[in-house]
Amino acid sequence: MSPQAQADAAQLLAGRARWHPFEVLFWLAAAASTVLLPGHHLILTEIAWLALFALSLDLILGYAGIVSLGHAAFFGLGAYAAGLLAKHELVNEPLLALLLAGLAAALLGFVTSFLVLRGADLTRLMVTLGVALLLRELANKHAWLTGGADGLQGVTVEPLLGRFRFDMFGHTGYVYTLAVTFVLFLVARRIMNSSFGLSLQAMKENPARAEAVGMPVSRRLIAVYTLAAGYAGIAGALLTQTTAFTSLDVFSFERSADLLLVLIIGGAGYLYGGLIGAVVFKLLQDSLSTITPQYWPFWIGLLLVAIVLVGRERITAWTAPLRAFAGRLDRRRGAAATKA
Amino acid sequence: MLTILFDGIAYGMVLFMLACGLSVTLGLMNLVNLAHGAFAMAGGYCAVVLVNRLGVPFLAALPLAFLASALIGLAFERTLYRHVHRKSHLDQVLFTIGLVFMAVVAVDYVAGSSQVFVQLPDYLQGRFTLLGVGIGRYRLLIIVLCGVIAVALQLVLMRSRFGSRLRAAVDDARVAQGLGINVGGLFAATFAVGSGLAGLGGALGAEILGLDPSFPLKYMVYFLVVVTVGGTSSITGPFLASLILGISDVAGKYYLPDLGAFVIYTIMIAVLIWRPQGLFARAAAR
Amino acid sequence: MPPALETIALNKRFGGIRPTSDVTFRLETGARHALIGPNGAGKTTMINLLTGVLRPSSGRILLDGRDITDLKPHARARLGMARTFQINQLFGELTPLETLSFAVSEQAGTGWDVWRPAGTRRTQAARVIELIERFGLADVMNARTAILPYGKQRLLEIAVAMACRPRLLLLDEPAAGVPEEERHDILATVMTLPADVTVLLIEHDMDLVFNFARRISVLVNGALFVEGSPDEVARDPRVKAVYLGEADG
Repeated sequence: MSPQAQADAAQLLAGRARWHPFEVLFWLAAAASTVLLPGHHLILTEIAWLALFALSLDLILGYAGIVSLGHAAFFGLGAYAAGLLAKHELVNEPLLALLLAGLAAALLGFVTSFLVLRGADLTRLMVTLGVALLLRELANKHAWLTGGADGLQGVTVEPLLGRFRFDMFGHTGYVYTLAVTFVLFLVARRIMNSSFGLSLQAMKENPARAEAVGMPVSRRLIAVYTLAAGYAGIAGALLTQTTAFTSLDVFSFERSADLLLVLIIGGAGYLYGGLIGAVVFKLLQDSLSTITPQYWPFWIGLLLVAIVLVGRERITAWTAPLRAFAGRLDRRRGAAATKA
Repeated sequence: MLTILFDGIAYGMVLFMLACGLSVTLGLMNLVNLAHGAFAMAGGYCAVVLVNRLGVPFLAALPLAFLASALIGLAFERTLYRHVHRKSHLDQVLFTIGLVFMAVVAVDYVAGSSQVFVQLPDYLQGRFTLLGVGIGRYRLLIIVLCGVIAVALQLVLMRSRFGSRLRAAVDDARVAQGLGINVGGLFAATFAVGSGLAGLGGALGAEILGLDPSFPLKYMVYFLVVVTVGGTSSITGPFLASLILGISDVAGKYYLPDLGAFVIYTIMIAVLIWRPQGLFARAAAR
Repeated sequence: MPPALETIALNKRFGGIRPTSDVTFRLETGARHALIGPNGAGKTTMINLLTGVLRPSSGRILLDGRDITDLKPHARARLGMARTFQINQLFGELTPLETLSFAVSEQAGTGWDVWRPAGTRRTQAARVIELIERFGLADVMNARTAILPYGKQRLLEIAVAMACRPRLLLLDEPAAGVPEEERHDILATVMTLPADVTVLLIEHDMDLVFNFARRISVLVNGALFVEGSPDEVARDPRVKAVYLGEADG
């Protein structure tokens, strides 16, 4: 092996985490939207927390291969936690409340991860679905605390850092949500490019072999599930804080199902899929549901069926150049081509 | 007390009708079909239209509901489902959720979102008392009818040539294929019959479960519980699971109304932790 | 010094079948040992018992004198036991560089590091490059594993096992399915494994077995049938009978 080849190898090894111009562009565009699109901050806020929520699903589905039908459980818990903390003035600083909501969801994620460890896809589907429905039922039956079917009313969110009030146009809310999403994205990106993240990808491909290499598969799964739950909880808390309201449908099955669609639109397993999917999904929803709001689920269904029949890979093929900036697919294809 | 037990059994029988097709198709093709409830809903609405609008006698409408759902099931299997047999579970989940959403909206669009009922003939209404137990005539019909069908299913599975092929295919589809069994055709037939039974369940259960466009979503968990708890390797597993689920749900709602559906979800999760292969499944051969 | 690997009266039953029956044997450190036997003799069950994929019905397994019977596969791996698989068990979407980077990192105990980017530790990177070089994977190091030629995948199998710095290496039919023209690479690689690594080879390819092994155990119907040097085994009429019997049937 020539010194040149060795240098190449070292560079390839270390280069997985390098930033690609596409990524910089993506986030610059997001930052610019705070100034350039002031009239759309309300829907942009929804896009931002949905993106974070989808990112959290990507951590477990795209990186660890766990199919979940109940990711809304963590989202909902975070939403109610933030709402209750604000309503009863337990924690007035939104950022701190956000953190606590995330921790609460992470704790639930940790506890339920032991259920998810067991069994194959089908069992996981049902356990995740069951947990979400269970929480919804709990919230429904404890109306004295949660407001039951009427939702949690009377939430007032104090100004951010004691200075920035949440205004009715959603300016503060959007900058806040976007900033939180960006920071958490950076953290997720760092984690998924680490040795830990690489080991998750190996486990997703072949858990038995990963274990034979010495990886404690179950414990890594618990760790990433807990992390993802925390992220989802924070996304839910952002929803409550920016709308000063939350209701039972944060736990709904439809929310978990929509989330799968969001991630699938953008493609799983390279962190940007959820973000791109959130943008596309919300824009679609905005345009289609203005025509016929009650028939919106029909279009979601049609989209899901079409995506599966056409093939997810083909649908997300347009993201290939974007995926490449995770430093991967295209170079691999190149290497394969030279070999052939 | 015994009346609750009786109602619970009737409820469980309906659940069995609804879910048994799902458990067989899952065992046979490892196909996760979350849209199973949509076929049940089709049967239910079919019965509503036949009885309420066209004046078809109730008992004649039942087999027609079965046929309608079976045909719809067959059509979907041959045109759409067969494309997802070999796809990942994630794809199957996405695909069938998509079908559910579309079915829900489509029915809402055609029939409206309010709950509908099948008009029962007079002789099936009311209840009588036997040995101190209040027995609803309609529920008695359900129990007898579903009981007969369950026994028939069991006989077909255990005694007939079709049944033995089916069991072989459920055990190991690849080996069965190698033995010259047409697994694809077998699956389509099973899917159709399963959908038909679900349709029959939907028609019979409209009275007990309530029928509106959100039916497939509302009862999806129930089907999944039956399949999970009962396992996919026999008919008796889902049958017992349905009875347990029906009785505990009725009793739970009666004695512990505050807990609501909590009871069922807890049971399901507990069983999944305790016996991930199902309560009545044979020890998993690995 | 305790033997590198020792089994004591190992048994495995599945219902009425008994694929492993009272197997007691030991490998000295640095051994080149081969386990052979006709189809269905229980070789795969044996390796699954040794690596912890299956649990024995009775009996003990000792690694360097330490009882590992109750340990899970990953714990055994961490104690220095590595294996290859009869059918490739690799990470299809990862490249050989990533695969080895993962294995080296797990071996070095940095698999829990959630912060430092993978592959940026110099000593680990050097080790990955060394493995790439030693196993002749340089030309495909950045290609998806799933599309590699079969022989390269077999080499990567062994490379992954060696990345774990094993003291004991279990090779489960390393040459199985490799086309003739790539076979030589596998043989050469197996022959030049470091001398301090104890190797147990399970193989059908008698060329490879008799070139490689200094001792051979023959497994028949789940029980140890004959053990000895390659010469002794080759001359043993009972072994001939078993294999000829198989050839006749």
